[in-house]
Amino acid sequence: MSMNTQGRPTTPGDVTESFRPKTFTGNRALDMEEPLIFEFGRLENTGVDLDEPDDFAPELGSHARTSEIGLPGLAEPEAMRHFVRLSRNNYAIDSGLYPLGSCTMKHNPRLNEKMARLPGFADIHPLQPASTVPGALKLIDDLAHWLMVMTGTSAVAMSPKAGAHGELCGMMAIKAAHTAAGRDPKIVLVPESAHGTNPATAALLGYKVVAIAAKDDGTVDLGALKETIGAHDGTIAGIMLTNPNTCGLFERDIIEIADLIHDAGGFFYCDGANFNAIVGKARPGDLGVDAMHINLHKTFSTPHGGGGPGSGPVVLSERLAPFAPLPFIRKTGDDLELVETEAALQDGEQPFGRMTAFHGQMGMYVRALSYMMSHGSDGLKQASEDAVLNANYVRVGLQDLMSLPFGEAPCMHEVLFDDTFLKDTGVSTLDFAKAMIDEGYHPMTMYFPLVVHGAMLIEPTESESRASLDLFIATMRDLVMRAKRGETERFAGAPYLAPRRRLDETMAARKPVLKWTEPEPAEVTPEAAE
Amino acid sequence: MSTYFSKDHEWISVDGDIATVGITNYAQEQLGDVVYVELPDTGKTVAQGDEAAVVESVKAASEVYAPIDGEIVETNGDLADEPAKVNEDPEGAAWFVKMKVGNAAQLSELMDEAAYKAFVETL
Repeated sequence: MSMNTQGRPTTPGDVTESFRPKTFTGNRALDMEEPLIFEFGRLENTGVDLDEPDDFAPELGSHARTSEIGLPGLAEPEAMRHFVRLSRNNYAIDSGLYPLGSCTMKHNPRLNEKMARLPGFADIHPLQPASTVPGALKLIDDLAHWLMVMTGTSAVAMSPKAGAHGELCGMMAIKAAHTAAGRDPKIVLVPESAHGTNPATAALLGYKVVAIAAKDDGTVDLGALKETIGAHDGTIAGIMLTNPNTCGLFERDIIEIADLIHDAGGFFYCDGANFNAIVGKARPGDLGVDAMHINLHKTFSTPHGGGGPGSGPVVLSERLAPFAPLPFIRKTGDDLELVETEAALQDGEQPFGRMTAFHGQMGMYVRALSYMMSHGSDGLKQASEDAVLNANYVRVGLQDLMSLPFGEAPCMHEVLFDDTFLKDTGVSTLDFAKAMIDEGYHPMTMYFPLVVHGAMLIEPTESESRASLDLFIATMRDLVMRAKRGETERFAGAPYLAPRRRLDETMAARKPVLKWTEPEPAEVTPEAAE
Repeated sequence: MSTYFSKDHEWISVDGDIATVGITNYAQEQLGDVVYVELPDTGKTVAQGDEAAVVESVKAASEVYAPIDGEIVETNGDLADEPAKVNEDPEGAAWFVKMKVGNAAQLSELMDEAAYKAFVETL
């Protein structure tokens, strides 16, 4: 027979598996050490060569800029590689389970993206005449309709750009309502477990924030609430409450809380961050809520990390409806009109002002409505049920090894553990979270809410399959067992396998480096690099 | 000179009609690494329990309350550049404000060192 002796070996050589070469480039195969774009982009480089224009007469006068603009120039393939390489270091809901509590990191269906890219929605401009965009107005009005139906409310301010912006909008409407009634109450009540943005919003509007204590079961203490209202009789502007709260628990006394606030002359602002737990199950309007923001970018998919901006429409009760900010869409019969100025107002419309230049985040409206329409009322209800089921599946899978601050009662869409189970292990909540990164998981929300020690707040959302949850639970159980067995090194130095090790958060906060400056040029040769 | 302590973990050291105010070692331990300190303007009048300064750590932002009524006469500008001092020497070099005592009678509502120590042990 004839034989070809040329060719390549097909089995690995006899090498030590644990040997990890230190590479010349600093790269570790597909894990690239990517420089800042300013470090390799050069002003003299460009992806496009443009000729000097003939007879160019700028109309900028003295505003024409003649100095260098200091932006890095790149050829298209360089720019492409830079951002693709960076994206490989990113963790996103599209790459794995993202259990960040109170953030509802759910899957963003690709159908939403297809709809948002329809030219009739994607290629329109806020300044083009409203008569040329009837479809966009219809979409905004349809979305507003369904938001009101789902929440049992009378109006919705569509323009706020995200949750905290929505809180501000809702509280400004409350303030406007008080002012219109000739009142000027000074106090806003905020439970201990609130999102930090709640007291911040109240303070920004000049209100004094008074905290309401929680009971041992993690919900608002009605007795403490009554006492506080009594102590500040006649000066209560309202309450800001999250339901389900940030301990993942439904505030069962919510109707009584609403009645107490209303009887005291105040309004009830509900933080809608956790709306995903109750869509299709309970309508905030029925619970006595006067205003609530809805994070379209959480509850109705497209979570942050999934890319794109936020959007935080605020639903308003009948009493607050007249104060909704400009611009808004007025519906007369089947006619839709975009009301943009005070001159266009009709009787009964008393907007407190405007929150944004234009109507809001069109792209997010399209995605949210696409999500709603493709799920239908039964699908939205099931999504809420599955979100709660998944959180409880995680709870039951971990409660014998980890510690629940409020006992083994069912939770809503997120489950809260404290760090009691890590006592005497030398491992902190932070160490535990960093070890999760080595396992390929984005950590849960940690050290929040502040009402429990070393909090770990896990929200799996309805997006996860049972297999995905089983693997997550098994990973968490393995880490807990390692911590309890005293394998502290695995935690204290974690993450070991991420592109960057643990960062010095203190230095980052004390001496933040916010601007890149060009270093002194240094001759780098291969020899010098060693 | 005598030093008193509040339940909100401020210390106040009185010398004549001038009082120096800071946060206790227990407070700095609970806060963790301090990264930012916001001080009031001098000349500001504060009532007991009013916010006199803000201290921000990697964990949280907290208010520092005036333990008694008074007028702010001096602030420790070093803390703005070196907030780490609050962790290093909270009950010494890292004082926050000096105030002119407005109501010395309120000092009797505060704790002495032994009482504060006992109070911290109950937490």
